[in-house]
Amino acid sequence: MTLEKLIFYVLAAVVLAAAVMVVTRRNPVHSALFLILAFFASSGIWLLAEAEFLAIVLVLVYVGAVMVLFLFVLMMLDIDIAVLRAGFIKMLPLGIVMAIAMAAELILIVGPDNFGLEKYAAPARHAADYSNTEELGSVLYTVYMYPFEIAAVILLVAIIAAIGLTMRRRTDTKFIDPSKQVVIKKGDDRIRMVSMDAEKG
Amino acid sequence: MNVFKNYFKSLFLLELFRGLSVTGRYLFRKKFTIMYPEEKAPVSPRFRGLHALRRYPNGEERCIACKLCEATCPALAITIEAEPREDGSRRTTRYDIDLFKCIYCGYCQEACPVDAIVETRIYEYHFENRGENIMTKEKLLAVGDKCEAQLAADIDAQAKVR
Amino acid sequence: MEFLISLWEALPYELQYLIWTMIKIVAIVLPMMLLVAYYTYAERKIIGYMQVRVGPNRVGPKGWLQPIADALKLMFKEIIIPANANKLLFLMAPAITLAPALAAWAVFPFDEKLVFADINAGLLYILALTSVGVYGVIIGGWASNSKYAFLGTMRSAAQIVAYEIAMGFALVGVLVAAGSLNLGEIIRAQEGGLFSWFWLPLLPLFAVYVISGVAETNRAPFDVAEGESEIVAGFHVEYSGMAFAVYFLAEYANMILISALTAVMFFGGWLSPFQGWPVLGPLFDWVPGFFWLVIKTGFFMFLFLWLRATFPRYRYDQIMRLGWKVFIPITIVWIAVVGLAVVYQVPWWFD
Repeated sequence: MTLEKLIFYVLAAVVLAAAVMVVTRRNPVHSALFLILAFFASSGIWLLAEAEFLAIVLVLVYVGAVMVLFLFVLMMLDIDIAVLRAGFIKMLPLGIVMAIAMAAELILIVGPDNFGLEKYAAPARHAADYSNTEELGSVLYTVYMYPFEIAAVILLVAIIAAIGLTMRRRTDTKFIDPSKQVVIKKGDDRIRMVSMDAEKG
Repeated sequence: MNVFKNYFKSLFLLELFRGLSVTGRYLFRKKFTIMYPEEKAPVSPRFRGLHALRRYPNGEERCIACKLCEATCPALAITIEAEPREDGSRRTTRYDIDLFKCIYCGYCQEACPVDAIVETRIYEYHFENRGENIMTKEKLLAVGDKCEAQLAADIDAQAKVR
Repeated sequence: MEFLISLWEALPYELQYLIWTMIKIVAIVLPMMLLVAYYTYAERKIIGYMQVRVGPNRVGPKGWLQPIADALKLMFKEIIIPANANKLLFLMAPAITLAPALAAWAVFPFDEKLVFADINAGLLYILALTSVGVYGVIIGGWASNSKYAFLGTMRSAAQIVAYEIAMGFALVGVLVAAGSLNLGEIIRAQEGGLFSWFWLPLLPLFAVYVISGVAETNRAPFDVAEGESEIVAGFHVEYSGMAFAVYFLAEYANMILISALTAVMFFGGWLSPFQGWPVLGPLFDWVPGFFWLVIKTGFFMFLFLWLRATFPRYRYDQIMRLGWKVFIPITIVWIAVVGLAVVYQVPWWFD
């Protein structure tokens, strides 16, 4: 067994073990942390497949940003584990059937019959100075220009919609715009003399 | 126009640069630090440090056990017991100051009619065992004997203003 | 000696490679640790001087042994693990913060040929690693089972995510201008003296990068994650002894990394500032590139301390406003400007 194969199997084992832990851990924060481990190991596998750009972006985007926000929310949730586990036994048979169906579908579709070496030849090795990023960029901005742009616009719409749906302007807050706050000068801006009724009597 | 000026100011971080220039200048200022064990800051004659009991020049202890200091002490740090001596004069048999309770306010010194209890300039002392924080009469008199010259000078120096 | 050489040659190639790599890693990490130690000393001295006092001067001549005394003290202190804390995560968290700060140096070009791993996607690699560093803070604060630590964690997570975007965008500007993700190539794209370095054409991005760098490392004036005055020490309240020391190491290693990266991205890394100038250029030709890099990095390291000594802590909502509403728009606009400049070859910088 070559070193590469060894690394691949180790990483694959880590991915599988971490994935199992994600669904079996009781504490959701632990699950999220195992998910991060799974991301790391799969990025390692992608590195083995000479997909440096995707591997690094997986770490950068999923581990560095998405999972941070995920953890942020998970840690603040007050989760009652007993309630979560209440229907477990009742739903177990259905769950097992679903899981077997999913696994069967995956094996049938992604199996060697469709994606094996006979169908797709192993990609040629590239020289050390081959830039994966550049290649990906040139394909993305020429051949797949429209799909790429459309995806970007859809994401933008989703972001704006999410903000629009969740933003509430509270009327009772005494929020002061910091940019107004910082330009305040000495004297009249700072202090306002108020004459009150109580003082007149 | 003013809005524009403010935008310009905050965008180019002008005020922040001014702040940086201030600290930058102070980097090269002469330092005020006193190198403590080698150098010491000057001490005022009114300094309120460790306590002492004074004696008259003939060696007789000043304290007459009037208990004014005990009464005035806001921290209840002073404990006095007294009974007549063989010669009939009223003296203390016990004069304890708990330095853990003491707040060094100097009221005892103010209250004393005979200038017996005073606070010295001593500020470097420590305790290594439990119980050492109680200044007994013997210890207080010993401190007083040690710095009598300084104490007399300090009291004279303040005589005009008190 | 003869014997040692023959012993070395007897080793299989893979083992030789492994040992050689290990030696290189040690050669990078050891000086880094020493630098961190003396950076803490420099911080105390410089901030002391700015506050018109002299700083530590008791341990050894002029206090030079102070960091060593501190390290020894921390090593012999007990690591207290809070009740009901997650022990494994609690102890792992400081290491998670430190590892990316050190691993990022793997792609860092110290000189023309002096790179540990000269990879194509160097910039991306560094971005990915710096984004992983947050986990140490998040996990540490969560595993401590303490409210203050957790508040620190929440603040830090929100802050780092916000500023990472601005930082990433600033670096996008750099890579558009340089046309490469390789750090060595980025430096080579800046060739030609002080005024052809990227700080001038990318001035807004440079400012955004430096300020986000300060925010990213949780340093004053963006140190709400620690916030001594309101949440005691933030995410590391429960840490003591060596575990705390590792957090400390990581913070300073990150500061050094950000300073060095600023020097590489915007100040031409190992390039001489007088390159190509009529008289001064040849005069300084003999100076090794590493020296210039050290000077530039040193300046930004000093800037970190200078900022801390000068500015009061930002309020939390203002930090968020600065990150999202000021920096991100500025970077997006300037990326567009740089893009147009590169496509139409507008100024002489981008050729």
